[in-house]
Amino acid sequence: MLEHLELFFKSIFIDNMVFAVFLGMCSYLAVSKKVATAVGLGAAVIFVLAVTVPLNWLLDQYLLQDGALVWLGPEYADYNLSFLSFILFIATIATMVQLVEIVVEKFSPSLYNSLGIFLPLIAVNCAILGGSLFMQAREIPTLGLAFNYGVSSGIGWFLAILAIAAIREKIRYSNVPAPLRGLGITFIITGLMGIGFQSFGGMLTGDNEAPEPVENTTAKTIEEKEIKKEIEDEEKAVSYNEVINK
Amino acid sequence: MALLSKKDANLILDPLADNNPITIQVLGICSALAITAELKASLVMAISVIFVLGVGNVVISLMRNVIPSKIRIIVQLIVVATLVIIVDQVLKAFAYELSKTLSVFVGLIITNCIIMGRFEAFALGNGPWKSFLDGIGNALGYGVILIIVGFFRELFGSGTLFGIPVLGDPIAKTGLYATGYENNGFMIIPPAALIVVGIIIWVQRSRNKALIEEA
Repeated sequence: MLEHLELFFKSIFIDNMVFAVFLGMCSYLAVSKKVATAVGLGAAVIFVLAVTVPLNWLLDQYLLQDGALVWLGPEYADYNLSFLSFILFIATIATMVQLVEIVVEKFSPSLYNSLGIFLPLIAVNCAILGGSLFMQAREIPTLGLAFNYGVSSGIGWFLAILAIAAIREKIRYSNVPAPLRGLGITFIITGLMGIGFQSFGGMLTGDNEAPEPVENTTAKTIEEKEIKKEIEDEEKAVSYNEVINK
Repeated sequence: MALLSKKDANLILDPLADNNPITIQVLGICSALAITAELKASLVMAISVIFVLGVGNVVISLMRNVIPSKIRIIVQLIVVATLVIIVDQVLKAFAYELSKTLSVFVGLIITNCIIMGRFEAFALGNGPWKSFLDGIGNALGYGVILIIVGFFRELFGSGTLFGIPVLGDPIAKTGLYATGYENNGFMIIPPAALIVVGIIIWVQRSRNKALIEEA
């Protein structure tokens, strides 16, 4: 139970898809102009991650890993198909997205109307493939945890796009320098939000974490000073930006 | 250029600046930013994308008349995935350490929006030679930004370039460090990449007013 809770919070805040590893940035930047559409896409991402990560976990365990084919018989124990993971993962994702689209359209037309246009976009959202690849790289041990990982990283992504969409709706009324308008300011705000999210790094200090390397101490203190100055709400992010301009 | 007509040359040159995939088209940011803390990783990533996009564009362009439009996304994904597997295996064989640094981000080239974007927007409607030039051009435009970001992050963050100290020794206080200069650890953490790209966009759009977005 505790490991579930830990993974849940870790994937939402510490290893946030957007702020820590920059996954799904393309749709994050493209679909964050309005809160309503951002919520739709965010919900779709949670949903698809929750389906594809456990599915790819099964594929990884029983097909791809070194020696995973041993359940077919001892003569298959030497096979290592892990080089096929990319192609199988992306095929699973593309198929699942199609399938989900068809199922949702059939059984819940209202949900389809709100999610529908985003579903095809999601097949090529890096957050989805990234979720599966990180699941593989971090060697998540059980199916339950894989499902948990899918849902919680989806929630993390949802939170990120919701926050940036709200900020972008507000920022329309601010006097942003012309060359930074639109894309530029979004990048900088995302960077500032990322620094804010770094402060969650101290939230879980498990025993299994390696001690910080010594040469990072200066980096750490600078980072902590930044975080103290860091401001999580949007008005201050804007004023910070004005300071940069001066 | 005798080899390329003016139109063909534009296919390569446009994405380098005024139609840059990262700063103007907003594509391919996903896998780009996380690996730019070191110049070497940025360079390898850029080369991988140049290979995948150049070859992929040609393959898709050759197949453009036989791909049914309904399943084109899956076909495109399979083509990219195959090329990325080649890149991944080559990296694992010849640059194992680096492939560990890049970790999942090699795989994420598959969902790099530049690649799908160029397939959709260009390769499906143009011949192989033009598609090849377009692919190389866009991948170069992507690579240029990656290398600029990697250069500044590694220089200011660690005081090295390609892992070689260029500003002196921070512990023995030689070179620039003798004057009291310190490495900026802020440049190493992931959010700094976003801010550096933001500043690149700022500089670029200040120089070319035509690119400024309407508020």
